[in-house]
Amino acid sequence: MSYLIDGKTGKWELVMGLEVHAQIKSNSKLFSKASTFWGGKPNSQVELVDSGMPGALPVINEYCVDQAIKTGLSLNAKINKKSIFDRKNYFYPDLPQGYQISQFEHPIVGNGFLVIETEDGQKRIGITRIHLEQDAGKSIHDQDNQNSFIDLNRSGCALMEIVSEPDLNSPQEAAQYVKKLRAILRCIGSCDGNMERGNLRADVNVSVRKPGQKLGTRCEIKNVNSIKFIQQAIEYESRRQVELIENGQNISQETRLFDPNNGETRTMRGKEESHDYRYFPDPDLPPLVVNDDRIEKIKNELPELPDEKKKRFKEQYKLKDYDAEILVEDQFVSSFFEELAEKRDSKIVVSWVTVELFSYLKKKDAQLQDSKIKSKKIGDLLDLIINGSISNRQAKEIFEEYIETDLEASDFIKKKGVKQVSDKSEIEALIKSVLQKNVEMVNDYKKGKDKLFGFFVGQVMKESKGKANPQLVNQVLKDLLSK
Amino acid sequence: MSIDNKTVRKVSKLAKIRINEQEEKKLIEELNNILGWVDELKKVDTEKIEPMLSVFNESMVMRRDEVFSETSDELVLKNAPESKSGFFVVPKVVE
Amino acid sequence: MTDFKNLDISTAKECLLKKEFSSLELTEFFIDRIKKSNLNCFITNTFENAIEMAKESDKKISRNREIRDLEGIPIGMKDLFCTKGVRTTAGSKILENFVPFYESTVSNNLISDGAVILGKTNMDEFAMGSANTTSFFGNVINPLKSSEENTKDLVPGGSSGGSASSVAANLCMAATGSDTGGSIRQPASFCGLVGLKPTYGRCSRFGMIAFASSLDQAGPITKTVKDAALMLQSMSSYDEKDSTSSRKPIPQYLDFLNFDIRGKKIGLPTEYKVEGLNSDIVKVWDDTINLFKKNGAEIVNISLPHTSFALPTYYIIAPAEASANLARYDGVKYGFRENSDDLEDMYELTRAKGFGDEVKRRLMIGTYVLSAGYYDAYYLKALKVRQLISDDFKSAFEKCDVILTPTTPNVAFPIGEKQNDPIEMYLNDVLTVPASLAGLPAISVTAGKNSNNLPIGMQVIGRPFDEISILAAGKLIEEYRSFL
Repeated sequence: MSYLIDGKTGKWELVMGLEVHAQIKSNSKLFSKASTFWGGKPNSQVELVDSGMPGALPVINEYCVDQAIKTGLSLNAKINKKSIFDRKNYFYPDLPQGYQISQFEHPIVGNGFLVIETEDGQKRIGITRIHLEQDAGKSIHDQDNQNSFIDLNRSGCALMEIVSEPDLNSPQEAAQYVKKLRAILRCIGSCDGNMERGNLRADVNVSVRKPGQKLGTRCEIKNVNSIKFIQQAIEYESRRQVELIENGQNISQETRLFDPNNGETRTMRGKEESHDYRYFPDPDLPPLVVNDDRIEKIKNELPELPDEKKKRFKEQYKLKDYDAEILVEDQFVSSFFEELAEKRDSKIVVSWVTVELFSYLKKKDAQLQDSKIKSKKIGDLLDLIINGSISNRQAKEIFEEYIETDLEASDFIKKKGVKQVSDKSEIEALIKSVLQKNVEMVNDYKKGKDKLFGFFVGQVMKESKGKANPQLVNQVLKDLLSK
Repeated sequence: MSIDNKTVRKVSKLAKIRINEQEEKKLIEELNNILGWVDELKKVDTEKIEPMLSVFNESMVMRRDEVFSETSDELVLKNAPESKSGFFVVPKVVE
Repeated sequence: MTDFKNLDISTAKECLLKKEFSSLELTEFFIDRIKKSNLNCFITNTFENAIEMAKESDKKISRNREIRDLEGIPIGMKDLFCTKGVRTTAGSKILENFVPFYESTVSNNLISDGAVILGKTNMDEFAMGSANTTSFFGNVINPLKSSEENTKDLVPGGSSGGSASSVAANLCMAATGSDTGGSIRQPASFCGLVGLKPTYGRCSRFGMIAFASSLDQAGPITKTVKDAALMLQSMSSYDEKDSTSSRKPIPQYLDFLNFDIRGKKIGLPTEYKVEGLNSDIVKVWDDTINLFKKNGAEIVNISLPHTSFALPTYYIIAPAEASANLARYDGVKYGFRENSDDLEDMYELTRAKGFGDEVKRRLMIGTYVLSAGYYDAYYLKALKVRQLISDDFKSAFEKCDVILTPTTPNVAFPIGEKQNDPIEMYLNDVLTVPASLAGLPAISVTAGKNSNNLPIGMQVIGRPFDEISILAAGKLIEEYRSFL
């Protein structure tokens, strides 16, 4: 076990399971025809079920059922042909029915697993179950001293609750798990995985123990909505628990909240004291029965999953493990990469996508998918590098400006006056002039001071004001020096 | 099983129904009577019986994923005891 | 004004089509009677709408175009059905000012078929009661009186007490009811009427305020069996808005008129001779059995061994479901709210003041039987016994076509009686609850009277979706009850 917490009394091991709530990317809600569109006017996407109107009845959305099955299949899980919807009873202002329709004893998806990359190699994380349930509405607590405001637009949206086994043992593993899960969900299209919008959020069950001892009491940190926060919350919470135990105190099993402002977790107040949810089968909904044909059809329509794609990328494009992993994390990125790599050297492409393009997106705080950047735009620039019109370095220098212009790549470099000298005679002349100016060094080089080669290259590039084609310079220089 | 005042208080908390002492006393008696009466069921041997979830035994019809609205924010909020700027308003929730 | 008392729907329809009178005249007649009535049958009147609807019907009739099945027939709508733009209370303070912006499927079906809605009928709060004494809007009085002198007002039964009383008092031609454990059949019996609870799933529950979702079923309360068939025809539909709505084809219910009872097997469950069954009722039951015999039916003794467990089973399942169904009444989205700065106080006070005692009692029971540590002993156990009760009926129907029992163990009782002990009140439903638990269709038809001239109803229970047989059996009782 690589990750251990240093306590006063020795090392502690971290044991975690995650409950990830993934909002299904559907047009309408799980049990109502209301739109799931994000960002609408408050309470404008609320049908009778979503506001718990008297006499309202739920009717299930077929597409959401299919997405849960699809997700289960992608996580190597068993699909339960008969599952039951239950009512989970508790009072909360953004829970209009006074209960959430969920699945308790008989979820639609049973045991499965996914594989994550860790420092020690691959690790299989067990999936306990996936069930379908209604999302709650949104409460706004910070706008007024006396009141909270309730918007029910999210109420009734379809959620998949994906429950993992307590197989995670470090904040990094938890982060890897969420990333991998998100990649799979995005790949199959069952969930957007947009954590900022809350359509992917995690409850983290954290406990600590001395290695080899039995499981400690766990605390559940509710609704953590970014991977960074998940790691921070785990780091804080595990240390808190270690300190408590080492000070002779007990951990009380409770629900906690993570506060991103100070990186701490705290007891959640106002939550129903007893947690007695009184689950019972929802009499408004007959059992959900899915037949083999339906499951088979979905199985046949599954796209290439991230793990398969990664394996293929490594073989087909000769990628390193790390590069392949980050390319397959996002479905959109991997197709973008493939479009570029189709007719080009994958080495150049992978470096441009994972380094230049990613750092540009990070700087702009954008997702490739939303950025409107087309693969052709990048491809055109790469082609200019490949055919020697500009150097890699020149391309990097103009990249940001180029991305934001509407000009074609060739027109843009013309306009900017960027070009690479690739004329052999011109370069020969340059090199000769440099060598003539440094006769002593040339002699030293010939005596075996190989390192001077780099110096000559630098001088040539300087002389050319950076416009000489570096490959050509290397090649010609080698020729001339060996004469 | 008999219900004491602690249980009645717990249940009234869960059901979110405030009861005063007098009501509590009365409820303890009534609920115990009713539960004593339904305890009759213990006499039935149900060991091999599956629970009956519904008398409805047709398969569940699923709907297509289509958006359709029969409401509006105005209608949804029309009966609200308190609303403001398109939101339902409740006493502040402390998390 | 013509006297339209004791007019049934099919006669009225004929007369309307022959233009012997107009729907407006008919409607105004009932409006006038409602205005003069002091039985407290209606919570909300919709007279203006009714007059508009009647005029619309008259137009259609005069043009002799697009005449619908219940064209111009004035009826009452139990206040459990959400009606668009018309206050719907379920008899509760917590919904005192609730105006739905949607229409229940059942009321929509009736309106689409031309029925004229006179108003929303009074009922036990959230349909929890057997005497219509739990309504926030006051007790409903049964128009029938005991022939004993100086007797008190009688209860109409419940929970559809306003519907039954209004039909019996000729305040409307028919009314809708809902039946969870007997709420249509018992008041129909107490008021000398016909009450039909269809098979679970036959009428949509969409827009019908839920009490116990696995049991609730809408149905008609009418003066005659034929009217019950006409009303049921309109109320029944497959509804994609209700996931428990049946897709089985809906028959022409009037076909019951051609149904031959000869050779049919009438089952008599020995277990229904319950303790405390009134002797007058036993006599009428015997008379009715003879009636079937005389008309060529075969009488077979059957056994429904788990009958005595039906009521306790019901009083676990129904409150459990209700505890969740009524959680939405929390003072947030609609309805009554007791204001407070504290959310918990707001919830608890709203529900404490918004619900009446019987509702609170059942919510407490329902919450308790679902709570941790008790679920298996009560709720799960009840679901298993429910299966046994349902199986009892299944085996019984291998031996018979319909089952004949009394509807209630007693006739209508004075208002104020049976109020002190909830269980005594619950026992009213002892004969109606088993069919509810099994989801079976059942009809109550007046078969005789007791020595004080109060009606006694007989219940006929049928196989799932065999409403035709129970209508036919009911018709026989109706036709020959004059022998008494």
